[in-house]
Amino acid sequence: MKKIKCRKISKGVGEGVSLVSNAPISFLGDVDPKTGLIVNKNHPLYGKSIEGKVLIFPTGRGSTVGSYILYQLSKNGKAPKAIIMKEAEPIIAVGAIISNIPLVDKPEVFEFKDGERITVDADHNEIIVH
Amino acid sequence: MYLTPKEERILAGEEGEVRQKAMEIIVAIGEIYNADRLIPISSAHISGTSYKTIGDAGIEWIESLTSTKFSVPTTVNPFGMDLALWEIMGIRKDFAEKQMRIVNAFLKLGATLTCSCIPYLIGNIPKFGEHIAWAESSAVCYANSVLGARTNREGGPSALASAIIGLTGNFGYHLNEMRNPTVRVKVEVDLNEESDFGALGHYVGKRIGNGVPYFTGIKRASNDELKSLSAALAASGGVALYHIKDITPESSIVKSDGLEEINFTKSELKDSYEELSTVKEGKVDIVCLGCPHSSIEEIKKVAEMIKGKKVAPNTKLWLFTSLPTKILADRCGYSKVIEEAGGNIYCDCCMVIAPIEDLGFKVMAVNSAKAAVYVPTLSKMNVVFGNLKRCIEIAISGEAK
Repeated sequence: MKKIKCRKISKGVGEGVSLVSNAPISFLGDVDPKTGLIVNKNHPLYGKSIEGKVLIFPTGRGSTVGSYILYQLSKNGKAPKAIIMKEAEPIIAVGAIISNIPLVDKPEVFEFKDGERITVDADHNEIIVH
Repeated sequence: MYLTPKEERILAGEEGEVRQKAMEIIVAIGEIYNADRLIPISSAHISGTSYKTIGDAGIEWIESLTSTKFSVPTTVNPFGMDLALWEIMGIRKDFAEKQMRIVNAFLKLGATLTCSCIPYLIGNIPKFGEHIAWAESSAVCYANSVLGARTNREGGPSALASAIIGLTGNFGYHLNEMRNPTVRVKVEVDLNEESDFGALGHYVGKRIGNGVPYFTGIKRASNDELKSLSAALAASGGVALYHIKDITPESSIVKSDGLEEINFTKSELKDSYEELSTVKEGKVDIVCLGCPHSSIEEIKKVAEMIKGKKVAPNTKLWLFTSLPTKILADRCGYSKVIEEAGGNIYCDCCMVIAPIEDLGFKVMAVNSAKAAVYVPTLSKMNVVFGNLKRCIEIAISGEAK
C-alpha cells in the first residue's frame, strides 16, 4: 500500500479501479453522458468506460458545458467514483462538485497505472494505492 | 486561502445545502488559481442559459438551486428563443418547454431576465474598479476593458455560484498586476465600422490566445465598435482584457513598454475578412445581425439602409437585440421600417445559441466576427462575413456576390 499527498478540490471519499489517460479530457465531446463511454475516436481511451473507475488524467480542456456533462453522468449512474488530475481547472472542478464526485489534484507524484485499486480521500488530501 | 468565520460556516452547510454547494464551487476555483481570499462582487451575469447549450443536465442543476435567491443584482445571457415570438421563429414546442423551465428557475432565483449579451448597455453597468463575476466572454471583455471593472472569464456555473453568495476569488483580472498588457498591436489601417473592429479582434485573438493586447493607432472607436472588438477577441482567443491608447480607461495606467509588437495593416484586415467566411458567394438563406445584441444605433442604421426596399423572397433578415432596445426601436419607428421591408427583430436569443440548424437554413451572412467563428461549428452552417452594407445588400438580393 502506498499513500500519496495531494490537494482537495471536491470533497468526499471514492474507491475504484484506476483508468489512466495521458491526454486531457473534455467531457463535452469526449464522453457519452448516457453510457459513460469515451466516444472521441482520437482519444487514447476511445471505447473504454469511465463508470465506477478512479479516472486519472492530466488536465481538462474544452467548453464550460463539460461541467453539466459530468452532472448528467452522475444522474445516469455512469460517473467515475473519483477523479485524480495533475492540475485541476474550473470546468472539471465545478462538474465534480455539483455531482458529488471526489476530486484531487497536484499529487506528489503523478505516476499511476491502469487497473490498480485506488482510494481517493479528498477530505484528508490523500490518495491510497492498495 | 483565508476564509472568514462566516464563509467557513456557509462552507460547512450552516446556511443550507445550496449555499454550501455554491461556496464549494467558489472556494475550489479560488484554490486552483491560488486566491488569497474571497472578495465581494457588485453584480453577476450568467451564461449557459440556452437549452441548446446546457441540455437536461443544466436544467436539473439550475432547478436544484431554486430554494435560495441571488444575493447581488444578476442578469442573464440570451436564451435559445424569443420568449414571445418563438413560434413565429419556428422553434419546436418541446424545445420551448425545456427553455421555459430554465427561464422559470432563473426567475425563482431572482434574476433580472434581461436575456441579453449586452448587460452593460441595458442597466447592469459596473463602475471603474468594481469587482464583478460575469460570464459571457464578450461582456467580460467589454466590462474589463471599456468600463474598467474587474472580472475573470467566469463559466456559467461559477457565475451562478457567485451570484448566490455574492463573492468571488481574489485572483486573475481582479489583481492589478494581471491587468498589464502582454503584447502591443500597432494598427496601421483605418477602422471604419463594427465589422472592421471584429476583423481586428479575430486576427489578434487567434494569435495571442489568453494575452492582454495594448492597441495603438486606433483614432476613434464607438461603443458598438468596442462591443464588436470585445466579442471577436474573446471568441477567436481567450482575451478577457485589452487596452486602446487614449481610448480605454486603464491605457494610461498600465505598463506597456518593451513588449513584443504585432502589426495590423490593410493586408491583415483583408485576410481576416476572408478567413471569417466559409463561402464567398452564392445563395444566402438568412442574414443575421446582432451578435452581440444590436444597440439602438445599429437598429437605426439598418432601418435607414433598408427603408423602402424588400428582403428577397427566399431569404430572411433577422436582427437580434435585447427587449429594452426593441421597445425603443418600436417607439422610434425603426421596427416598423424593418418589418415592412420583410425583416424580423427578435429578442432574448441570437443566431449562435438558438437551434437555428433545425430550421433548414444552409448559409448565413453576418457582420459579426464572433458569429462567424461560432455558427459553422455550433449551427453547422456556412457563413459569409461582411460589413453591414454588404449584409443588407445580400438580404435584398438573396445572394452574396
